[in-house]
Amino acid sequence: MNEVVSRAVDIIRNTKVPPLRIMEVCGTHTHEIFRMGIRRLLPENVDLISGPGCPVCVTPVDYIDEAIWLALEKGATVCTFGDLVRVPGTKQSLQTARGLGGKVVTVYSPQDATEYAVRHPEEQVVFLSVGFETTAPSDCISVKNAIRQGLKNYSILTSNKTMPGAYRAMKDSADAFLYPGHVHAITGTGILKELCAGGVSGVVTGFTAAEITTALATILTRFAEGRPFFENCYPRVVRDEGNPAAMRIIDEFMEPCDAMWRGIGMIPASGLRLREKYADYDARIKFDMPKIEGRPNPGCQCGRVLQGEIKPCDCPLFGKVCTPEHPVGACMVSGEGACSAFYLYDHPGK
Amino acid sequence: MNDTITMAHGAGGKQTSELIDRVFKKNLSNPLFTADDASVLPRPNGRIAMTTDGFIVSPPFFNGGNIGKLSVCGTVNDLACMGARPLYLTCSFVIEEGFPIAKLEEVVEAMAKTANEAGVAVVAGDTKVAGKGQVDQLFITTTGVGELLPGVDLSGANAKPGDAVIVTGNIGRHGCCILLARDDYGIEADVKSDCAPLWKSVEGTLREVPNVHVIRDATRGGVGTVLYEIAHQSNVGIRLDASAVPVSPEVRGVTGLLGLEPLYLANEGTLVIFAPQENAQKLVEVLRRQPYFEDACVIGEVCDQEIGRVFLQTEVGTETYLPQPGNELLPRIC
Repeated sequence: MNEVVSRAVDIIRNTKVPPLRIMEVCGTHTHEIFRMGIRRLLPENVDLISGPGCPVCVTPVDYIDEAIWLALEKGATVCTFGDLVRVPGTKQSLQTARGLGGKVVTVYSPQDATEYAVRHPEEQVVFLSVGFETTAPSDCISVKNAIRQGLKNYSILTSNKTMPGAYRAMKDSADAFLYPGHVHAITGTGILKELCAGGVSGVVTGFTAAEITTALATILTRFAEGRPFFENCYPRVVRDEGNPAAMRIIDEFMEPCDAMWRGIGMIPASGLRLREKYADYDARIKFDMPKIEGRPNPGCQCGRVLQGEIKPCDCPLFGKVCTPEHPVGACMVSGEGACSAFYLYDHPGK
Repeated sequence: MNDTITMAHGAGGKQTSELIDRVFKKNLSNPLFTADDASVLPRPNGRIAMTTDGFIVSPPFFNGGNIGKLSVCGTVNDLACMGARPLYLTCSFVIEEGFPIAKLEEVVEAMAKTANEAGVAVVAGDTKVAGKGQVDQLFITTTGVGELLPGVDLSGANAKPGDAVIVTGNIGRHGCCILLARDDYGIEADVKSDCAPLWKSVEGTLREVPNVHVIRDATRGGVGTVLYEIAHQSNVGIRLDASAVPVSPEVRGVTGLLGLEPLYLANEGTLVIFAPQENAQKLVEVLRRQPYFEDACVIGEVCDQEIGRVFLQTEVGTETYLPQPGNELLPRIC
C-alpha cells in the first residue's frame, strides 16, 4: 500500500468521533469509494451518503421526455453522452425511441456533435447539454463554434446545473461534505469558504485512493475538533480563484435559471440556460417546444437516495425490478449513480 | 478479373472459380482440400473436440492482425483450451459486394500463415457474396476439429478451492486495439492486438505440467467475464489480487482516459488457467518459456467462500467485489 494511503487509512480506522454523516457530493467519488471498498474502512458510527452530484441522476424525467419529443415528433437527430440513452422517461427511454425510428447518436463530446452537424447538413442536430460546471464550458464552446462556422442545423437542449444552489439546499443533510475536485477546479473555493462561514463543514478533493482517504482522514480529525471547517485537499488542481477563463465562457453564453433536480425539486438559480441572444441555438425555442411534464415511476425512490434519506438497498425496487440491466430510476442507469455502484460492488444476492 | 468483389463472384460460374483459384486455392491448398463436395479425412486416434465461431470484427484490419488471422486463432484457441490438437478447419466467407480483392487476398494469406503456424489443415470452404450494405465488408465463420491429448481433462467445472489462477500475458490488448482502430475517441496510442494461435504453446505447457484443471481463452468479455463463468461453473469463489493483474502501460493509459476496466476488454491470444497451487510456480516458469506467454503470472486463487463471486483486495487494503460484467461499457459524462 502506498505510504500516504496507509497513513490516512490508519487515521480513519483509529480516530474516535461522535456519530458523523459525510455526504460525497460527486458521482465519480461515489463510484471510486465503492470500487476501492473505502466504506469498509470507516468506524461504525461514520456513515457515507451519496449526494446529488451525478448529472444523469438529477436530470428530471421531463428532460428525457423533451429529448424524445425532439427525436420522434420533430425528427431531430439527438446527440448525447451514452449514459443518458437508457434513462427512463415517462413512457420510454431514448433507447426505445431509437427503436421507434428516432435518430439518437452517442457522442463523446459536444465537439463530436457539431462535427456531425457539419457532415449532415440535411439533419437538425440537437446536443443534450447536461452536467455541472465541469462540462458547461465545452457545451458553450460548441455553440461558439457553431456560430463561427455558420451552422444553421445545430442547437442544444440545456439542463445544465451548478453546485452552489445544491449545496445550500442540502446543507442540513450531512455533518460534513466531500466536495468534487473537478467542479471547484473551475469555480474556485469561494463558495466553500462561504458555506464554512455559515457553519457547513467540508473538504474538496480529487479521485485517487490517496486523495479520497486523505480527505476522509481530514474530515474525521477536524470534526473531532468540534468547529466548522473547510480544507482544500486537492491543491495541485483546485486553486482559490478556479479557472476564470472557463467561468467567463459560461457567463458569455449562459445565464442562471431555476432548475428542477430529480428527487430534490426546484432549486432557485441552480441551472444554466442559453442567453437570449443565442436563442437560435436553444432547442426549446428553435423547435417551439410546448411545456412537457414528465411523471417518474411512482415506486422509484431515487429522490430519497439522492438526498441521503435512504440507502439504495432500502428501496423496495432495488435489485428486484430495478437492476443495471433493467433500470427503473436514473441512479441505477448511470455508472456514477449510487444505486448502480451499490448494486455492482456491494449487493450480496448475486 | 475485376479488382473488387461483384455479385458474379458468388453466382457459382466462371468468376466464382476464378476467385477460388486466384485467392483461395493459391493460399490454402493441401492434399485434404479437394474439389469434391466434401472432404474425406483420416480418423483421429483419440476423442475429438469440435467448435465453431463467427467473426465480424470491425474494422477487419487492425494493428497486429486481420479478420483472417483472427478467424483461425479464435477456433484453434478454443480447441487448445480443451487440450485438443487442432487437425481440421473449415471456413465460410460472406463478402460484401465491392470489397477489394487485394484485401481479400491479404485476409486469406493471413489465414494460411496462421493455420500453418497452428498445424491445422483447412479442408473445406465456402464463399457467398452479399449485396452492398447487407454485411459489413467481410464475415468469416470457421469450424474446427481437434484431437484430445491423452490424459488431459480440462473443463470450466474443474476449478477447486486452493487452485491458483494464472493469466498468460498482459490483458485487454485486443479490445483496446479495436477500440482505438474504430477511431471514435480521437486517441492515438500504439496498442497491438494479442491475436495469436496458441496451440503449440498450450501443448508445450501440458507436456511438462499435465495437472491443469481449467484453460479458457479470455475473448469477448475479457478476463473478468471468464472468472465469473468459472466461479459459477465450478461453484467456487475467486479471490483476485488486483495489483498482480498484468496490464501494459499503453492499455492502462487508454483505459484510464476512457474510464474502462481492462479486465472486461477482449483478448485473442491470452488464456486464463486454473491449476493446483503446488504446481503453480513450475507452471508459470514453463508458460514463460512458450511463445506468446512471456508475461504469464498468478493473479489470484480459488476459495470456498463467496461462491459464484469474484472479489479482490483493493488499494486501500479492503475487499470488494469485482462487478459482474453486464451492459455495454459507457463513457463517463464528466
